[in-house]
Amino acid sequence: MKVKPTEEDTADDVRTDGGQMFDDAESTDVGAVQEYKEVLYEGLVAPAKIAWSDWRTKTGIIILGAFVLIAILSDLHQNGYTILNDFLGIVGSPWELTKPSSAFGCDANGNNCVAGYERSRQPFENWQTPLGTDPEGRDIFAGIVWATPRMLRMVLAGGVFSIAVATIVGTVAGYKGGVVNTVLMTLTDVAMSIPGLPLVIVIVAILDPTNPYLIGVVVTINVWAGLARTIQAQVLSLREQSYVEASRTMGIGTPSIIQKDILPNLMPYIMVNFVYSARRVIYDTVGLYFLGFLSYSTIANWGVMMNWAYANQGALAPSGPRYLIIVPMAPIVLLSFGLILLSQGTDRLFNPRVRTRHEGDTVEDHEMDDDDSVQPAMA
Amino acid sequence: MNWYVKRTGQALFTLWAVASLAFFLTRQMPGDQVATYVDQVIQNNPEQDPELVRSNIVEQLMIDPNAPFHEAYIAYFGELLSGNLGWSIEAQKNLNTLMAETVPWTLFVMALATFGLFGISLALGAIMAYKEGSLFDLSNTLLGMVTTSIPYYVAGILLIIYIGYPEGVFTQYFPVRYKLPDGVDPGFTLAFISGAIRHATLPALSYVITAYGLLALSMRGNSIQVLGEDYVRVAQLRGLPDRRIALRYVGRNAVLPLYTSLLLSIGFMLGASVILEQIFVYQGVGYWMDRAVQYTDIPLMMAIFLMITVSVVIATYIADLTYGYLDPRIKSGDEGEAY
Repeated sequence: MKVKPTEEDTADDVRTDGGQMFDDAESTDVGAVQEYKEVLYEGLVAPAKIAWSDWRTKTGIIILGAFVLIAILSDLHQNGYTILNDFLGIVGSPWELTKPSSAFGCDANGNNCVAGYERSRQPFENWQTPLGTDPEGRDIFAGIVWATPRMLRMVLAGGVFSIAVATIVGTVAGYKGGVVNTVLMTLTDVAMSIPGLPLVIVIVAILDPTNPYLIGVVVTINVWAGLARTIQAQVLSLREQSYVEASRTMGIGTPSIIQKDILPNLMPYIMVNFVYSARRVIYDTVGLYFLGFLSYSTIANWGVMMNWAYANQGALAPSGPRYLIIVPMAPIVLLSFGLILLSQGTDRLFNPRVRTRHEGDTVEDHEMDDDDSVQPAMA
Repeated sequence: MNWYVKRTGQALFTLWAVASLAFFLTRQMPGDQVATYVDQVIQNNPEQDPELVRSNIVEQLMIDPNAPFHEAYIAYFGELLSGNLGWSIEAQKNLNTLMAETVPWTLFVMALATFGLFGISLALGAIMAYKEGSLFDLSNTLLGMVTTSIPYYVAGILLIIYIGYPEGVFTQYFPVRYKLPDGVDPGFTLAFISGAIRHATLPALSYVITAYGLLALSMRGNSIQVLGEDYVRVAQLRGLPDRRIALRYVGRNAVLPLYTSLLLSIGFMLGASVILEQIFVYQGVGYWMDRAVQYTDIPLMMAIFLMITVSVVIATYIADLTYGYLDPRIKSGDEGEAY
């Protein structure tokens, strides 16, 4: 018997709980609210606590959190809510976020421009533009912040798309076996053999996408294949486990076996691979903008800034303005470093492989030592 | 069915599927290079008949952008089967010649990178596992994670800026442009071989330093797991030499799971050559892919797709064949019953 917490029922519950001693409502029946709380705890709070205890995941979360925060503030600013600048104004920061645009209307010295700043400022020279300006007078730091929300959208779309396809293909192929498996795995092998980046470049040339979510999906168009193979191999061994066989004997349908018995075991792989696909999205989108395959109208991506530095300013020439190409590379590396830290940490949390047996032995030994030393003291 | 027959059939099917997909996709690309080229020719020789010029060009290209899909498909694949890749307007060359000139270079860089990558990561990962928890292990774990976060083209740019250009010891040894020094002709000479290796070093290094970290870390994880296995302890108790344990017992079992990474990295590197060869002005297939897309040179694009796919398929094939030697337990084909 399940109690649904409609308003009347909860009211009843409170009364019966207080009144009758042997009512079993609260202790044995799980109300929807409590169930929700448990799911929330097991699915979110507990992993978060474990993750926070590892320095790598902790650092990773902090880095990614900073990027998300910047992206939200930047996005709000671009939609007319200038919370970031209000805050910066209160703190007294010399820098504030403005749409990065070429300098014009400057005085004879190139200062006090109507838009933009003095041209070709070096980084860390003037705190009005902490990371300098490009030869057009655009604030590089503002450009980086401006491009962040789009970047995170691409990462999210690409990551979700690739793990979703991989999980579906991998589990169905591995669990169903037979013809389904052969067909799906042949498809996966084909996808794995397609040269990824050239394929993406051709599709980009056909579609000319500007929507960040679409770009994210396009660049991961065959990234799912590698993960699908891993998942299929995992499912192949999982489906022979006795508890899965028990479910099958009880006549439980394939969809619910996959959902209840198989998928939870795959979560570590899925999470870690989400991170790798996300990293791949960063690499490929920036690379495509860098080579000028993706079209843009403003500073749409860090790769656009690299493209300008490379193609227009000759930043790779022996005496070119190097800071122009090095500065936009910093957020790329930082963002993927955050992702890698996160994946290495979660890998350790989930992966019994890394929690070695001989490492485990030493931990056990320590505990036993502790017990030995503690117990006599208590006695 | 014989495993080899099945595997070969699969390889051929993959080739066909990728080629067909590429053929379909490249036809959807905007821009008609043939029309542009015909206009160009007519402008230079106004007395020629546009239709005649066009049909001549199309015959050379083997792909008529205006023909219906099935006709163009049959015509193109028929020519392919007779070993003809067609002609490229962009390169002004026969594609068989162009591919013979470019593919070996890209494969050379890739092979250099793959061997370097696996040599470094496997050795480093194994040492880290043996010295688990030491300063060496910790510092290399951190270094591996940092280098893994760097995209290969960023590493390429940094190598060009800080190793290639500064006037110093490296400049003359590791040039940042082109695939051969000036005035050196291909041939079995010392100048050619050393020149080719020196020119390929920096591009290959860009892959290696950005990919070794992840691989070394997984090798470390695998080795640590294997080191904890009972059979390793038994081997030690039996008094087997350490060398034999390290290579036959630990090394072999720790390397096995990395085989998939090897397969994936081959495809990834070949794809990535589009960006890297651009930065290093290294005229391999990636360099030409970039130009093919920019000028919608469909025969050139198709040829590159085919060459890269053939390379990936052959590499996977070899890897699959050798996997059986590494792991005798491998079940071939028997996937268990269907539910």
